[in-house]
Amino acid sequence: MAGGEAGAVTVGRIPAPWSLFGFSRTEAIGFAVLLAAIIVAPGVIYPIFVMKVLCFALFACAFNLLVGYAGLLSFGHAAYFGIGSYVAAWLVRYAGFDSGVAILIGGLAGGLLGLAFGTISIRRSGLQFAMITLALGQLVYFFCVEAPFTHGENGIQQVPRGRLFGLVDLHTDMAMYWVTAGIFLIFFLVVHRAIHSPFGQVLKAIRESEPRATSLGYSTDRYKLLAFVLSCAISGIAGATMAIVFGIATLTDVHFSMSGEVVLMTLVGGMGTIFGPIIGALVIVGIETYLAQFGDWVMISQGIVFVICVLVFRRGIVGEIAGRLRLAL
Amino acid sequence: MIMIFGIPAPLLFGQFLLGLINGAFYALLSLGLAVIFGMLGIINFAHGALFMVGAFAAWFLLHYLGVGYWGALVLAPLIVGVFGLLLERTTIRRLYGTDPVYGLLLTFGLALIIVGAFTNTFGSSGMPYQGPELLSGGYNLGFMFLPTYRGWVVVLSLVLCTGTWFVIEKTPIGARLRAATENASLVQAFGVNVSRMVSLTYAGGAALAAVAGVLAAPIYSVDPNMGSNLIITVFAVVVIGGMGSILGSIVAGFGLGVVEGLTEVFYPQASTTVVFLVMVIVLLIRPSGLFGRAA
Repeated sequence: MAGGEAGAVTVGRIPAPWSLFGFSRTEAIGFAVLLAAIIVAPGVIYPIFVMKVLCFALFACAFNLLVGYAGLLSFGHAAYFGIGSYVAAWLVRYAGFDSGVAILIGGLAGGLLGLAFGTISIRRSGLQFAMITLALGQLVYFFCVEAPFTHGENGIQQVPRGRLFGLVDLHTDMAMYWVTAGIFLIFFLVVHRAIHSPFGQVLKAIRESEPRATSLGYSTDRYKLLAFVLSCAISGIAGATMAIVFGIATLTDVHFSMSGEVVLMTLVGGMGTIFGPIIGALVIVGIETYLAQFGDWVMISQGIVFVICVLVFRRGIVGEIAGRLRLAL
Repeated sequence: MIMIFGIPAPLLFGQFLLGLINGAFYALLSLGLAVIFGMLGIINFAHGALFMVGAFAAWFLLHYLGVGYWGALVLAPLIVGVFGLLLERTTIRRLYGTDPVYGLLLTFGLALIIVGAFTNTFGSSGMPYQGPELLSGGYNLGFMFLPTYRGWVVVLSLVLCTGTWFVIEKTPIGARLRAATENASLVQAFGVNVSRMVSLTYAGGAALAAVAGVLAAPIYSVDPNMGSNLIITVFAVVVIGGMGSILGSIVAGFGLGVVEGLTEVFYPQASTTVVFLVMVIVLLIRPSGLFGRAA
């Protein structure tokens, strides 16, 4: 189970600096490219758009941890994203919380909801898991429609960006951008670290054959639950960050079409790849932004991308490239 | 006025009836899902879209060809059945042998395309559809008023559910179907065209969704999103009844419709969530559903 990965620390050699996060050499190059892109992007592209991509990319990375590595397709991840978004927006708007603290509490809310729902849903797998998580997501959606604190159809609007831990003023787009980029990178590395830890190896073992993992003595339910909670907490962080960036939390964030979107992003980019969800988020947010002026074509285009991906392109963009070049990305 | 639990009896029975009607739709849709799941091993996310297409087919038939409700009740399921057959032959067929989750994703994509195309063409506002003259009006049963059409929906749904259950459990065709579910290659070896049976099963499930759509058209208005939210509730019904169980989907369908209707009387805020809460409770007690076989 332990230490089979390339780039692992070997006795008698100085470990490469990237091996701390379990990066192999190709992954380290990929990460360097990502870092460069994040630094250059706001100079080239509208920063608000890049922030949206980063929030969705983080959401997709969290989702990918579950579907790509534990083999559990959740169809209700909007619930955790949305609850993070609502909690953070409410805390900043009505309770005068610091934005940084609010984002962390948003993540905590996502994680706690994930703990409750995960306990119920991880007892089933495959299709049933997908249907149960979808139904639980709808439960949260209808709860948000009824609950007074979400302000129903209007949502929580005019959320001030405020300050990050009382230190950084977030009112300019560039300050907000660097903070968003920082949050994204921190939790991207958390996900990456989790995947490459012994915990991640056990998850992969469960994905490949749960009975075998059980027979090796792993209590698979606990591993799956931990992965679920971690994924939900980071989804909550992504939702909370998005609420602070755009100053709004609405029912769109908890609607099941949001759950569909994160599935699509991960599928397009490549399930079970490290950089796939980021590419997927970029592609899907790009298509949506471009097609927004044509009304319902967004929905049709999403459907077409879904169908094409499932029929001919199951490994996704990054999965295809990595497969062709025989690399792990 | 008679009061039950402090609620006027006509209101209680009225909500009970509304629940039964919703339950009729849950039962018809989850039955179609169960039949398709049994044969194809996939969960058909496009079921809500097919339901909507059924309602639209009835509307088209009336407005462009002058075919009324009774004609639509026969023709719309045929049209949607053929449409389903095409979907299965061109796309779903390619996924057999892969992880069934891909079937869910594919049909989700198909649903997005279908609903998106209809929204693009007709907008998202509802269009009224007049029910048949014969079923207008209603009966005063003394304790409540029963609109004829609503009674008809419940009766027809019950007839269709029992009919489908009978065909699958008690006829030679059903026996082959069940045999192919257990072991497709063995049944194929006995000279049964399993591939055709699979396509026809999907078409049959689609036709059931379309019947539900035609039944729904005079009650709810015809609009592209009429199936989208319904399908998720139906998924919860399927989980509660037990995946792939025909009887489970019928009982859970009607039962949850009634539970939902009565919740509307006692605690209206929870009426949209009660089905999902019931699902949570059922999962905690019986993870494989009320009528499901333990995995």
